[in-house]
Amino acid sequence: MTAAAFAFYLFALCTLMGGLFTVVSRNPVHSVLWLILAFLSSAGLFVLLGAEFVAMLLIIVYVGAVAVLFLFVVMMLDVDFAELKAEMARYMPLALLIGVVLLMQLGIGIGAWHVSDEAESLRTAATPEGIHNTRALGLLIYDRYFLLFQLAGLILLVAMVGAIVLTLRHRTWIKRQDVLAQMYRDPAKAMELKDVKPGQGL
Amino acid sequence: MTSADLSAIAPEILISLYAMAALLFGAYTGKDKTAPLLVWVTSGLMVLVGLWIGLSGEGTNTAFHGMFTDDAFSRFGKVTVLFSAAAVMVMSEGYMARRNLLRFEFPILIALATVGMMVMVSAGDLMTLYMGLELQSLALYVVAALRRDSAKSTEAGLKYFVLGALSSGLLLYGASLTYGYAGTTLFSGIVSVASEGDIPLGLLFGLVFMITGLAFKVSAVPFHMWTPDVYEGSPTPVTAFFATAPKVAAIGLFARVMHDAFGQVVPDWSQVIALLSVLSMFLGAIAAIGQRDIKRLMAYSSIAHMGYALMGLAAGTQFGVQAMLVYMAIYVTMNIGTFAFILSMERDGQQVTDIASLNLYSKKSPGRALAMLILLFSLAGVPPLVGFFGKFYVLKAAVEADLTWLAVAGVVASVIGAFYYIRIVYLMYFGEEREGLDAGGSPVLAGFLMASAAAMVLGVINLFGVEAMAAAAAATLVN
Amino acid sequence: METIILFAPLVGALICGFGWKLIGEEAGMWVATGLLFLACLLSWIVFLSFDGEMERIQVLRFIESGSLSTDWAIRLDRLTAIMLIVVTTVSALVHLYSWGYMAHDDNFKHGESYRPRFFAYLSFFTFAMLMLVTSDNLVQMFFGWEGVGVASYLLIGFYFRKPSANAAAIKAFIVNRVGDFGFALGIFGIFFLVDSINFSDIFAAAPDLAHKDIGFLWTRWNAAELCAFLLFVGAMGKSAQLILHTWLPDAMEGPTPVSALIHAATMVTAGVFLVCRMSPLIEFAPHAKSFIVVLGASTAFFAATVGLVQNDIKRVIAYSTCSQLGYMFVAAGVGVYSVAMFHLLTHAFFKAMLFLGAGSVIHAMHHEQDMRNYGALRAKVPYTFWAMMIGTLAITGVGIPLTGWLGFAGFVSKDAIIESSWAGGTAASSYAFWLLVVAALFTSFYSWRLMFLTFYGEARGDKHAHEHAHESPMTMIAPLGVLAIGAVFAGMIWYKPFFGDHAAVEKFFGIPSAHAEATEHAAVHLPMAANAQEAHGGEGDHAAPAEEDHGEEHAAPMAAPGDGAIYMAPDNHVLSEAHHAPVLVKLAPFIAMLIGFGTAWLFYIRDKSLPKRLAEAQRPLYLFLLNKWYFDEVYDVIFVQPAKWIGRKLWRVGDLGTIDGFLNGLAMGVVPFFTRLAGRAQSGYVFTYAFAMVLGVVVLVSWMTIGGGAH
Repeated sequence: MTAAAFAFYLFALCTLMGGLFTVVSRNPVHSVLWLILAFLSSAGLFVLLGAEFVAMLLIIVYVGAVAVLFLFVVMMLDVDFAELKAEMARYMPLALLIGVVLLMQLGIGIGAWHVSDEAESLRTAATPEGIHNTRALGLLIYDRYFLLFQLAGLILLVAMVGAIVLTLRHRTWIKRQDVLAQMYRDPAKAMELKDVKPGQGL
Repeated sequence: MTSADLSAIAPEILISLYAMAALLFGAYTGKDKTAPLLVWVTSGLMVLVGLWIGLSGEGTNTAFHGMFTDDAFSRFGKVTVLFSAAAVMVMSEGYMARRNLLRFEFPILIALATVGMMVMVSAGDLMTLYMGLELQSLALYVVAALRRDSAKSTEAGLKYFVLGALSSGLLLYGASLTYGYAGTTLFSGIVSVASEGDIPLGLLFGLVFMITGLAFKVSAVPFHMWTPDVYEGSPTPVTAFFATAPKVAAIGLFARVMHDAFGQVVPDWSQVIALLSVLSMFLGAIAAIGQRDIKRLMAYSSIAHMGYALMGLAAGTQFGVQAMLVYMAIYVTMNIGTFAFILSMERDGQQVTDIASLNLYSKKSPGRALAMLILLFSLAGVPPLVGFFGKFYVLKAAVEADLTWLAVAGVVASVIGAFYYIRIVYLMYFGEEREGLDAGGSPVLAGFLMASAAAMVLGVINLFGVEAMAAAAAATLVN
Repeated sequence: METIILFAPLVGALICGFGWKLIGEEAGMWVATGLLFLACLLSWIVFLSFDGEMERIQVLRFIESGSLSTDWAIRLDRLTAIMLIVVTTVSALVHLYSWGYMAHDDNFKHGESYRPRFFAYLSFFTFAMLMLVTSDNLVQMFFGWEGVGVASYLLIGFYFRKPSANAAAIKAFIVNRVGDFGFALGIFGIFFLVDSINFSDIFAAAPDLAHKDIGFLWTRWNAAELCAFLLFVGAMGKSAQLILHTWLPDAMEGPTPVSALIHAATMVTAGVFLVCRMSPLIEFAPHAKSFIVVLGASTAFFAATVGLVQNDIKRVIAYSTCSQLGYMFVAAGVGVYSVAMFHLLTHAFFKAMLFLGAGSVIHAMHHEQDMRNYGALRAKVPYTFWAMMIGTLAITGVGIPLTGWLGFAGFVSKDAIIESSWAGGTAASSYAFWLLVVAALFTSFYSWRLMFLTFYGEARGDKHAHEHAHESPMTMIAPLGVLAIGAVFAGMIWYKPFFGDHAAVEKFFGIPSAHAEATEHAAVHLPMAANAQEAHGGEGDHAAPAEEDHGEEHAAPMAAPGDGAIYMAPDNHVLSEAHHAPVLVKLAPFIAMLIGFGTAWLFYIRDKSLPKRLAEAQRPLYLFLLNKWYFDEVYDVIFVQPAKWIGRKLWRVGDLGTIDGFLNGLAMGVVPFFTRLAGRAQSGYVFTYAFAMVLGVVVLVSWMTIGGGAH
């Protein structure tokens, strides 16, 4: 077993375990941590494939941003996952059965897998010779897949707009501090001095 | 990337640029006060673009190395999508303004969703397909939850989002299986390797998973479960939108993937779609009977109608696609009219969606009740209204493709389905006296209702030429 | 012009039926009547100016479906022209007559508007009848056929408050359905064989049909025979021939003008018209022809016997109609279609007049219809009496014997039929000859019996009615006068073109080439073989060359089927031979008439107790005749009761059991069950939904794994 093969099986095993424990662990924080392990292992797999840019992206974006965000969300929301799981547990036997059936069928399908004879000639994004991996990716994204790239941009725009629409509230009924108004307030207009004699009211 | 590529996607570019410009305009000027203006401008732009596409487009052009296809089929889909989206937006303006729902982002999100749909029907590559689908879906998730202070609306958005994510996952899994076999994501490449007799189980799984993802978007049984809840929870104009344009886009995409990418293995997917079709027709018909809320009822109605449209697709022939397109055009027209009516259902200024509130509506407004009667009969497929011809076409397509059992099932389901449509008619005309709806309503909605009903009657003459266009569209897709 | 004739009654019906509320009752009726008279006038112009050449006037495209392509067109030939004048004349006169007859009717409440409805129905009937006779193809004809059926139904049941009228209307409708079924099958058969329903195509194909076989009811039949037979079944229903005749006497429940128009002059003759119209086909179906002859003769005889003992004045005339229709069918069946049409024409005049006269009597007697309550009405209703007298002279066939043409209308045409049946030469026609002669005797007897009972003797029955008996208004008398002219002169005027000689007949009916005036005896003909041979040969020599003495001239080139209004096969010499009948044959109907008259005089003037004694002496026979040979009773047992039994069974088992039980159970039990199930599945939980989706995926994937796709 070569080192590469050993690394592959290690990362593959870690990815699977990470995925499994993300689902089954009782503590949601643990789940997120398991998820991070899965991401990291996947990044390792990408490195083994020679796609180091994607691997770095995975670590920076998913581990660095998404997973951490998840962690915050999970901690802040304080969802009782145990209760949800209990609800789902009722369906567990059936779900397991179905899962096993699906798994076995996929096993059959992938066991009998073969790639089309023309697949090699049809590949559009073959690993380029003599060019740096990241550069090749850039060439592909900004040229051939320009449309997709822009569409992805639109999707992100929609996501942004959507997030704002769904969360931003103009609370008009809330009194806000208006610093300028406070500063420019003229005492002469704001208050009136009254000389009140003792023993008398106004 | 050449100018030819850009000119092929010019309509999409135009709407996207407009959406961004409108976003800036709205954000930096009057915010939500600009919303009515934006609604009208967006609708106007959509109609113009629709006319532009419909009138000037010709031939089959592929752009971006085959990832984007501009042909008669895509143009048919785009024009239908654009017109129906514009119609729904115009209808929703008054409703949303009165309920303080009219955010200026709403027309922009709709416009972007429309871009997504246009990309969907033009997709020539699995990745384009996915991008279009997500662009559309994401915008729809947001508008479904537009009424933030309503738990139902939020729930609808969330459910739609979670299940949509699941379906996207299934779709992507299918796409990756397909890619794994074919080595390419281009439809033209897939179709060259996925041929009769030489299709491994893995690719079949890929096909099934992709069908699953697409079936979710057209809300075919058993991937329909989100539909009633989302339709009920979303603000009514959004429901109206869900029931029209995205359905056209999704079924157009469905047909495109099946014929462009898997056109050599028709029997393989035809049987799956036939199963989805028959399940949808029956579930749509049977479950709708128990509904008391007209929006939920329309959800099941749309499930059933999608079953019929899928029947045309299941035929796997050119005529089947033609029948499907005709059916969708008719379906969209009917739904616009019906939702124009639902939007105008009010009691003391409050939206009512209870079917029982329609009791004796004919006495209050005979004109609208009559228009609604025509639409409901058309939805049920009663001859000689246009809705009947839609059903007739798909049934004919199924019979011609030796799917007689499917056609028979369709007829039986339509008999069951007729019950709930006609029950509404019964309530409107012969119901019992109880607290009813306000008479009158917005003239815009009344106009759409009447126009749609009139189309159901007048369309019997020549279906407004839709048939010929659908035939041309189907011819470019299936050959 | 023909188009105006055709549509004027329809316009009248629409205006009168729907517009009378706007323009008023009287105005509506005037419009209907006026338009009818216009149509009548134009019809006469068409008839008199018609030169025998077939004309085709397209009204509109009618049906275009697959290979079935047909126009709505008017086929104007001699047959149509004859029918045009018959229909429009009688109809116009009946419209006029109805002004008087329908003025007051006890069957309707005071102030109720029924007259515009009546006129609208009458006009609608006329339109349908015209559509029938002008049709250019079988389907259009069938439309007219059913149209007159509907009008007949509406008019028989016009007194909708009378249960008997409703029953009669339904009976007429149902019995006609039986005939129509045959007619429809005939149309289908012809379309199946010829691939066209246009008359010209059918006629052209008729010779070929004689050689074709067609499977029907598990048997092979000759195509021409089968189609001719099926069409004749239709004719039997409409023309009330034996077996399907039972509706006609009951149809007398309708107002009398209706009886005159529909159930005497026009609609019931549609069957005769159909047979004559289809003569090019019938000529190739010798067995069907024989059947027509036998059935027609039997009907003539049967109806005449029943007519002997009926007491209701209208029923007597109804059976007389039935009987006369039998005569016409005999003429058509032996192959002298012109004679059938001749009798149709003359019969229309005198029978309409008899009915209208009877109506006038009924009107005078305050809707009393039983002749036993009449008597001595001669002085009370003199005009009516004379009209009836002319009608009776016409129907019984009074004329100068052996001249052939000098006599009342019925004399000329009836004698022509009897002579033709003698000349027919087959066993069937001999049978017909004898029955017809006897029937002529009976005809004379019951017609004179009617006259004697009604107008002679002493007044019987309700004194009050007799005292108040009065002559009918002018609107009712005038039509009688017009019809009387026809009844007297129609026979003499048109004797030649209908029966005179071949040349005249051919010229009149527009048959292109002269038919040989052959003289050989028809008795030795074998029509079947001759026909086949002739059809093979197409044109050329006579098909019966075995015969020795040919006539004056050799056969000229034959007319092809469909060239003229009627077609007589080259070997059909009945027309010529009828003129060469022995003197005794020619005298036979006259003698029969005299005997009938004498007997009637003996029974009802001389010795009035004789009928009673005879009836008692021959009680079973009398009852047999009085009960119309027990046809209704037999039908009741054979058809009506079983049908009702089946209906009850279907209701109990089919409706209550199957539909109410099974289908309602399905609709109200099973479907809601699934509805509830679907409602429960819609739990609202996302994981349920996701679960459903995954389940769906698994099912589909499993299906793929097990089925391996479509392979």
